[in-house]
Amino acid sequence: MRRLSWFNTVSLTLGFAFLYIPMLILIVYSFNGGKLVTVWAGFSTKWYGELFRNEAFLDAAWVTLKVAVMSSSVATVLGTMAAYVMVRAGRFHGRTLFSGMIYAPLVMPEVITGLSLLLLFIAIGLDRGVLTIVLAHTTFSMCYVSVVVSSRLVTFDQSLEEAALDLGCTGFEAFRLVTLPIIAPAVISGWLLAFTLSLDDLVIASFTSGPSSTTLPIKIFSAVRLGVSPEINALSTIMITLVAVGVIGASLTSKRAIVKRAKDEQEAIQ
Amino acid sequence: MSEAALATAPAEFAPWKDSQATPLIRFQNVTKRFGDFTAIDNLTIDIYEREFFALLGPSGCGKTTMMRMLGGFETQTEGTILIDGQDVGPIPPNKRAVNMMFQSYALFPHLSVAENIAFGLKRDKLPKDQIAARVDEMLNLVQLGKFANRKPHQISGGQRQRVALARSLAKAPKLLLLDEPLGALDKKLRQDTQFELMDIQEQTGTTFVIVTHDQEEAMTVASRIAVMDHGKIIQVDTPAKIYEEPGSVYVADFIGDVNLIEGSVTTSGDDHATISWAEGQQNLIGIAHDEIPAGTRATLAIRPEKVNIATERPAEMTNIIHGKVLDIAYLGNMSTYVIETPTGQHIKAQAANTRRIARRAITWDQDVWLSFTDTAGVVLTS
Repeated sequence: MRRLSWFNTVSLTLGFAFLYIPMLILIVYSFNGGKLVTVWAGFSTKWYGELFRNEAFLDAAWVTLKVAVMSSSVATVLGTMAAYVMVRAGRFHGRTLFSGMIYAPLVMPEVITGLSLLLLFIAIGLDRGVLTIVLAHTTFSMCYVSVVVSSRLVTFDQSLEEAALDLGCTGFEAFRLVTLPIIAPAVISGWLLAFTLSLDDLVIASFTSGPSSTTLPIKIFSAVRLGVSPEINALSTIMITLVAVGVIGASLTSKRAIVKRAKDEQEAIQ
Repeated sequence: MSEAALATAPAEFAPWKDSQATPLIRFQNVTKRFGDFTAIDNLTIDIYEREFFALLGPSGCGKTTMMRMLGGFETQTEGTILIDGQDVGPIPPNKRAVNMMFQSYALFPHLSVAENIAFGLKRDKLPKDQIAARVDEMLNLVQLGKFANRKPHQISGGQRQRVALARSLAKAPKLLLLDEPLGALDKKLRQDTQFELMDIQEQTGTTFVIVTHDQEEAMTVASRIAVMDHGKIIQVDTPAKIYEEPGSVYVADFIGDVNLIEGSVTTSGDDHATISWAEGQQNLIGIAHDEIPAGTRATLAIRPEKVNIATERPAEMTNIIHGKVLDIAYLGNMSTYVIETPTGQHIKAQAANTRRIARRAITWDQDVWLSFTDTAGVVLTS
């Protein structure tokens, strides 16, 4: 392997240090035996035990998971539909305006999105709870799904769909049997993105959640204001592990698929 | 068919000459516009059953639009398209007895070769065993039995082309559309595949309409060629007619190599016309089926391989041109000579290299005589 120059070594080290030292500290202190977060008092897993006995945290985790699954699923359906229309409808009057409006929530400050949704829910008399958080999360994560899916659709060979029509499919069958299976990886990563966004959203959730529907980020945030407890370190470590496993798993699978495909193509040429 | 008809040698396939034959496809005054752009301009043409019909032209001439209208992917702005006597205007692609082989092949990457071929059959809700039998039949037709379970990216480009063909033939369409079917293959493979296509067309008896910009390909496979330009059909004829007797300078120039000699008509009649074209040169005679008034500007189109080249003035040829050798292109099996006349025109002649290069008499700057018969060239006024 080629040796890195001293400059590259330093920038690499600095970059990784900035990214991962905070998380590393958090993980280390989650195994702290003492009550004080900043003083090391020997290795222990007792805070993990405490965590699983804490009803409030478990409830919040359950709510978060429900919200994330529902909102990311709805957002994936809506976002995929929006992407499909924007890519396929061709040119029409106001197309740029429409596509701009789909992507605007990406840059909209979350406080404003949250506030406007809150006002809407009050105006139509919808009681705040799991449903309102799901609706709110769907609203803002839909555009992320749409971005991911439309970037895949742009490179999608339209003659594949025409071939399906030509062979006797109706428009919907062509989508279900040909387009969807081919763009599935993009749809899945759109879903994952929406899922993660919903998992960690604090601002919008705090505007739209009700008393019975506290999500984990809200719970953590309010707990930290009363003082950081080692339990929260443990909880955060679990979340980091889950996310890391997910991300590494996804990238390994896709990498393996790419390698296999390259090998197959090589064989086909011979 | 009567006994007498069977006894004669295989009849020439030429339904377009038979006034009784009903065409499979009729374009009647079809126009297609995309915004301000006219892709197809008031086009009328008949294509017959079992024909291998080629639409030939440069890119943007409307040939692909014509094919897409047959497939149902575009709707004409004006006019009527009939397939088998039925106006297909309102019929969507999935309800037409027409299948298309796409330029990119459009194989479904997530399905195996066999599943790709079975795709259309499954849409027809055929029983399972019938689908399997038909898929096997198609795999045998294109000799891909061994690859049934491979995915499209696991086979070579030539094999993909054959899968695409098998898939589009699986539903036994009345009409198969082929959009530049051999465009992605290298030259050697393309030539082999051309013959394969012709065999398959003959075996299945399907009407093929092929879109191509490759004139050699059109000449090889087609029963008739339509040469197109700017949304119009310039000439429809058999490959031989298109090559030997092009109807216009455009067609003569588009197909193959040609010398275009401009001049003015001196006499005309009896299927021939004479043009005077340069001072000090003898007038030239070529084929002209219609009488052309004397004095009309006209072009004699003559193929280089029909022009003889000699170092001495030939005795009894009708058309003789005198000049000097300007250039020689050695192509291996033949050589092309570019001759400059005293008035500065360039004319090409081609000769087969039947002798070794060192033995041939003609070299640069030599005085030579070109000659050709009175039926070798055509006199064109457009």
